[in-house]
Amino acid sequence: MIEQKIVDPDYLFFEAQRTSQYITGSEAVREAIKRANVDMAIAYPITPQSESMHLVGDIYAEGYVKEYLRGENEFAVMSSVAGASMAGVRVFTATGGPGTMRAFEVFPTWAGARLPVVCAFMTRGINSPLTIQPDTIEMAYLLETGILMLHAENAQDLHDMLLMAFMVAEKTDVHIPVGVFADGFFVTHTRDRVDTLPEDLKLPGYDPYTAPVPVMDMENVPVRQMRDPFVMKSNFMSYACHASWQQEIDAAAERSRKYLRQYLGSLIDVENEDSDILVITSGTAVSQSREAIITAREQGLDAGLVKIKTIRPFPGEEIRALASKAKKIIVPEFNRVGWLAKEIRNVIDEPRKVVGAPRVFGGMTMPPELILDEIRRIR
Amino acid sequence: MKSIEKNFIRMSGLGGQGAVTAAHILGSAANKDGLESTVNPFFGAEKRLAPAESYVRISSQKVYEKGEVLYPNTIMIFHPHVITMGKCYTMPFFDGLQEGGVLLINSDEPLSLRDEDLRLLADLKAKIYYVPATKIATEVAGSELSTNIAMLGGLYGIKKLTSIKSLKESMMERFGGGKFVASGSTAALDDAVKGKFAKVSQMIEKNMELIEAAGAALTEFCPAEEKED
Repeated sequence: MIEQKIVDPDYLFFEAQRTSQYITGSEAVREAIKRANVDMAIAYPITPQSESMHLVGDIYAEGYVKEYLRGENEFAVMSSVAGASMAGVRVFTATGGPGTMRAFEVFPTWAGARLPVVCAFMTRGINSPLTIQPDTIEMAYLLETGILMLHAENAQDLHDMLLMAFMVAEKTDVHIPVGVFADGFFVTHTRDRVDTLPEDLKLPGYDPYTAPVPVMDMENVPVRQMRDPFVMKSNFMSYACHASWQQEIDAAAERSRKYLRQYLGSLIDVENEDSDILVITSGTAVSQSREAIITAREQGLDAGLVKIKTIRPFPGEEIRALASKAKKIIVPEFNRVGWLAKEIRNVIDEPRKVVGAPRVFGGMTMPPELILDEIRRIR
Repeated sequence: MKSIEKNFIRMSGLGGQGAVTAAHILGSAANKDGLESTVNPFFGAEKRLAPAESYVRISSQKVYEKGEVLYPNTIMIFHPHVITMGKCYTMPFFDGLQEGGVLLINSDEPLSLRDEDLRLLADLKAKIYYVPATKIATEVAGSELSTNIAMLGGLYGIKKLTSIKSLKESMMERFGGGKFVASGSTAALDDAVKGKFAKVSQMIEKNMELIEAAGAALTEFCPAEEKED
């Protein structure tokens, strides 16, 4: 293990000298977590996440992570993660697809308990039929759990977003979990160039006394396992507490926008925003769209690109403003249900502008030609 | 840094033949040469002798596209069964091959391709090359586990997408360091191939000989001529 110096997050993200490495998305997770000053990581393997948490185990062995445990299944992992976070440590885990579904109860529990957990979701199709292939459908289920959701386009995004996620999650006025989503295989198993940070630098550690809720005393019995027992009564006060507590979590997500803008630069990236046709999407579908738009513009077709980086909080105002100028909006997605198209229709003035296509699901890649066909068809 | 057009390569083989490792080595070499390159395997549960594919994209320009290569310029067939027994993710095995594209097939002698396939390949002006990769790997490197390196040698004999120096460095990195994380079965195959040599450096030297021998053993086959027979 290399001796690491704690540095200011802004310095680490924006000024530190980076080195280009030719690595997979899973290896990019290792590089990020190595510099994230993580106290504890808890793992249960599932394709396509297994390599990521295996590699986090390797850096635990080297001394970069203080504790590393294996859970007996995803529900156990996510519950243990909750315990670790309540006890006041910085904790990391990752899962994907059916693993996400198995652990599901715990995600809103994290948010409700105001736990600043960072979890990577390596998205994968959901049964049935059984599949291990990439598909973003699990994101549809997670939209209303109260966790923040960042969607990485590639391994570089995954690396950067993971580090930034800890900083956003732990702000006193946010203090809710952040999920960093990367499309399984397309990001996790693809080898690409990633600019990584110096090995001898790391983020400041988590200070649990900055939490907006009391730190749990996990050493003196009786150990409390809930932060909010007063809501477990049947009276008007407890109903009101539960209602306002939920609203406060939504408000915390709203307050995260300023930090996400600070770290990510913006919630969306836009290219050629005055185009008649806008392709709006997130994750790997952005990469496929980039190729399609390069070809479209070579052929004289006016198409622009909007990359959404944050799914929760959703950049509704930004998208509404862009949509008002566009004639048509194409939303390519790697899932059957088109959750992103629905999100976009919800925030714009003229939902009929949205073409929810192409959609690829079941595991295949989305050839840029499909997106190009859609641009040609609607222009 | 040389300038090259988009080169998309599809490697189709059987599990255990090293198509994923070959893609890793080729992509890393391109990256070392300052080219843009991405590499990924096909995403199936791994099984020996089951169809396995990997993909390499190489270009002077940034390559954004991800996932399996549907429209390759080059297809490398690591085992005749990919064609003769349909152990392939696409049908026909050259589906999506671009006009003027290259097929490199590991076989000791030309396979009897279907007339329809030969006609389609002739229409595409495809170039077909055969290389007895497994045979040469056994002769030169003493192991059929080096078939993948012989296939890279065949490719290098057809088009020099990367420098030989970078290919060597990539092999050193892949086989020499302790950093590579592989699944249990891939790690076992790594151990098996490394076990044939006293030192990794010897293995690399043999592999370099193999690359040259495979390039020299290429035979070109013209689908158009065959069709007229």
